[in-house]
Amino acid sequence: MNKLLLETRELRKTFGALVATDGVDFDVREGETHAVIGPNGAGKTTFIKQISGELRPDSGEIRFAGDDITALPAPQRSHKGLARSFQITSIYREFSALENVALAVQAHAGHSFRFWRAAREDPALTGPAIRILEEIRLDRRKDVLAANLSHGEQRQLEIAMALATRPQLLLLDEPVAGMGTDESQRMIELLATLKGEKTIVLIEHDMDAVFTLADRISVLVYGRIIATGTPVEIRANQEVRAAYLGEDF
Amino acid sequence: MITTRNWILVAILLLLGAVPAAAAYFEQPFYLDLLRRVMIFAIAAVSLNLILGYGGMVSFGHAAYLGIGGYAVGILAHHGIHSGWLQWGLAIGASALVALAIGAISVRTSGIYFIMITLAFTQMLYYLGISIEEYGGDDGMRVPVRSQFSGLVDLNDGTQFYFLVLGILAASLFLVHRLVNSRFGMVLQAIRSNEARTRAIGFSPYPYRLATFVISGAMCGLAGALLVNHTAYLTPEFMNWTRSGELMFMVILGGIATSAGPLLGAAVLLLLEDVLQGWSLLPREAVRDHWQLYLGIFLVLVVLFARRGLAGLLPGKNE
Amino acid sequence: MNYILIAEQTLNGLQLGVMLFLLAAGLTLVFGIMNLVNLAHGALYMVGAYLTTWFYQATGSYLLAVVLGLAGTLAVGIVTELVALRTLYERDHLDQVLATFGLILIFNELIAIVWGRAALYSTIPDYLSGHVQLTDSLRYPLYRLVIIGVGLAVAVLLWFTVSRTRIGMLIRAGASNRAMVAALGVNIRLLYTIVFGVGAALAGLAGLLSGPIYAVQPGMGELILIQVFVVIVIGGIGSIRGAFAGALIVGMVDTMGRAFLKPTLATVLSPTAAETAGPALASMLIYLLMAAVLAFRPEGLFPSRGS
Repeated sequence: MNKLLLETRELRKTFGALVATDGVDFDVREGETHAVIGPNGAGKTTFIKQISGELRPDSGEIRFAGDDITALPAPQRSHKGLARSFQITSIYREFSALENVALAVQAHAGHSFRFWRAAREDPALTGPAIRILEEIRLDRRKDVLAANLSHGEQRQLEIAMALATRPQLLLLDEPVAGMGTDESQRMIELLATLKGEKTIVLIEHDMDAVFTLADRISVLVYGRIIATGTPVEIRANQEVRAAYLGEDF
Repeated sequence: MITTRNWILVAILLLLGAVPAAAAYFEQPFYLDLLRRVMIFAIAAVSLNLILGYGGMVSFGHAAYLGIGGYAVGILAHHGIHSGWLQWGLAIGASALVALAIGAISVRTSGIYFIMITLAFTQMLYYLGISIEEYGGDDGMRVPVRSQFSGLVDLNDGTQFYFLVLGILAASLFLVHRLVNSRFGMVLQAIRSNEARTRAIGFSPYPYRLATFVISGAMCGLAGALLVNHTAYLTPEFMNWTRSGELMFMVILGGIATSAGPLLGAAVLLLLEDVLQGWSLLPREAVRDHWQLYLGIFLVLVVLFARRGLAGLLPGKNE
Repeated sequence: MNYILIAEQTLNGLQLGVMLFLLAAGLTLVFGIMNLVNLAHGALYMVGAYLTTWFYQATGSYLLAVVLGLAGTLAVGIVTELVALRTLYERDHLDQVLATFGLILIFNELIAIVWGRAALYSTIPDYLSGHVQLTDSLRYPLYRLVIIGVGLAVAVLLWFTVSRTRIGMLIRAGASNRAMVAALGVNIRLLYTIVFGVGAALAGLAGLLSGPIYAVQPGMGELILIQVFVVIVIGGIGSIRGAFAGALIVGMVDTMGRAFLKPTLATVLSPTAAETAGPALASMLIYLLMAAVLAFRPEGLFPSRGS
C-alpha cells in the first residue's frame, strides 16, 4: 500500500451558524486519483480551500507528505508540491496563454527579484511553458490573450498552470465545469494521462469523469464524509444512493 | 522590445530635446521653464504609475516623497551643504527609507484601507513639515543656492538644467520599462491582475508590493530634489494631499500602465492649469481666481467618460 | 499637576471626539454599505457650516437657521448623490477617489465664488453662550457642553436605529453582505440614498456645530476629513460602534497630545527641543496611533464584516 500523501484529521470550519466542514477525516495515497463528490452546498469547495490554504480551518489538522501544513500560507503550500485549479476560472486575462503558464513556471524557478532581463524572452521560462502547453494541446493558441480563449481552452489553461508548478498533488475543482460533451471528453482523456504520474484530488459533479478516473471516491454531504470506497463500492452503497446518486445508477 | 508606442515616446523625447533651441530662437524662455516643470512632474508621475498603474496600489500619499526629496535638499542647503551628490543622495535614500516604513504597514492592507492609510501618513508628514519652524514652518523657505555638481553641470544655467531633467526623465522611463517587463515586473502585474491565482502558483504578494513601493518612493524623492531646485523655494505644500491627487490624475489622464501615459498626463494637466489661470477670453475674475472650479469639472468628466486616458488614443498596441 | 486643566482638556477631547463621530458615522456607513470612497464628505460639512451661518445672519433665529441649514445640506447631498455619485458605485476605488476629489475642488470654488475666501464670522445666540460652573473651580463653555450633548444624543439615536429598527437591520445586513440584501428584493437604490442622506445630514450637523469654534472657510472640510479617515481606520470600516470608539480615542489623543506633550517633554528635554518636538510630535500622534493599531489589528478595532 502506497504511503499517504495528504491527510486531514477532524477538519472543522464554520461560518457563523453554518457548519461547512464537520470533522472531516480524509486521506489520499500517493499516486491515486481520489474523487470527492456530493450535492451542491455540501462544502466541497470550502474543503478544497482549506487544503490549498485559501481558508484556515477552525480546528483539525492537515498533513502533506508527513508535514503539518495546517497553518502554512497558500504560496508555501505550492512550493511544497500542492497545486490547484479553480472551479470558477481564475487565470490572467490580460496575459497570453504562454505568459500565464510561464508565470507558473517562474514561481518555481528561483526568486523573482530580477529587475532587468525581459521575462517574456527568457527561454528558461518559455521553454518549459511551451512544453506543458504542448502536453495540454494548447500550444497552437499560446499567443492568444487568455480572455479570448474559449471556455474549454481556459479550463485547459488552468490545468496547464497547475502542472507548470511541478506538483506532487493536484487539487482539481470541477475541471470540466461548463464544458460541452466533446470538450469534457478531451479533458477527461487529458486527466487520464496524468493518472498514476500525479496524485489527484478531484472534485466533480460529472459522473462520467468521476467513474472513469477515480481509484477511490469519498462522498461529502453537509460537511461530513458519509462513505469512502472504490467506484464499485460507492455505486452499491445505499446511503450514498439515497443522499446523492439517486435512481440513475 | 520596441513597439509603435515606444517609438512615439522616443519621438516625444526628441522633440522635448529641441525645445531649448526653439525657445531661444523665438525668444520665449517661459516655455523652457514650463516644460522643465512638466518633465519634473512627469518623473513623479512615472514613479506613481509603477505602483498605481502596474501594481494596482491606489496610493494617495505619493506627494510625501516630493516633500521628502525637497526637504532633503533644502535642509542640507540651509546648513551650508551644497553638494548635489550628497543632497540628491539623501533625497533618494530618505524617500526609500520612509517608503519602506510606511509601506511595511500599509502594503498589507488593500482597498479603501490602503487609500486612507497612505493619505493619513502623507498628512502626518505635511504637519511635521509645517511645525518645524527652523525650516520655514508653513511659509516655507527660500533655497537660493542650487545643488552643486562640482562643475559637471550648472543648474543655474536654464538650458543645462533642462537637459539634465530630460536625461533623468528618459532614464526613468527606460528603467521602468525594463522593470515592468522583467521577472519582477511580471509578478507585480500578476498580483494586480489576479491576486488569488498568484498566491496559488506560489508567489507571496507582500515582498513584491513592498519593493515596488520603495522603488517608486525613491524615484519620486529624486523628482522632489529636482523640483526644489526648479522653484528655488521649499514649502510643505509639496506634500499637500491635493498634490497627491494631481499626481494621480496625471497618471490616469495619461493612461495607467502605459509608458507614455505619465508624460502625457503631466503635460496636459499642467498646461491646462497654466492655461486656465491665464485665460483672457473671459473676464479675468470669472476664470482666473476660480480656475480650480473648471479643473474640478474637467477631472470629474475625465473619470466618468475618458477612463482609458490619452495613451489609449495613440496608435499601436500597449506593451 | 493642574487638575482643572486636565479636566478642561478632557472635555475638549470629548467635544472633538463627538464631532469626529458625527462625520465618521455617515462616512463609515457609505464605505461599508456602498463600498464608495467619498472624499467629498468634508464638503457637506462645509456646506452645513456656511448655510447655517448665512441663515442665522439672514433670519436672526438660530433654531430656524439650524433647521434650514440641515435641510439645505441634506438637499445638496441628495442632489450630489443622484447626479454624480450613482455612477460611481460600480466603479473601482481609484475612479471614486479621483471623481470625488474633483467634486471637492468644485464645491470649494463654488463656496468661494458666493462667499469669498476669507473666513466667515459665525456666531451663536446668547442663550448658548457663556460658561457653566461645573465644580467649585471648573468653568466650561456652555456651547461646547451642548455639542457634547448633541453628539451623544445622536450616538444613542443611531445605536437605537441600527440595532432595533427594521431599517437598521437592513443597514447592518448591507454592511456585511451587499449582494444578499439586493437579492432579497430590497430597493437597494432607495437604501443607498437614505444612507447617503443620513450621512450628509450628520456631516451638516457637525459643520453647523463647528462653525463658531473653528474657522468657516473654503477647504475647512478637508482639514478635518483626514482625521475622520484615521477614526474609521482605527474603528473599522462599516461599523458605527467602531466609529464611536475610534472618534473618542482620536479626539482624546489629539487634544491631550496638543495640550500636554510639550510640557511633558520639557521635563526630560531642553526647553528649545521641547518647543520644536512638542508640537511636531503632537500633530503626528494620531497617525502614529493609527499605525500602531494597524500593526496589531489590520481591520480596525470593531470591524463589521464577517471573515
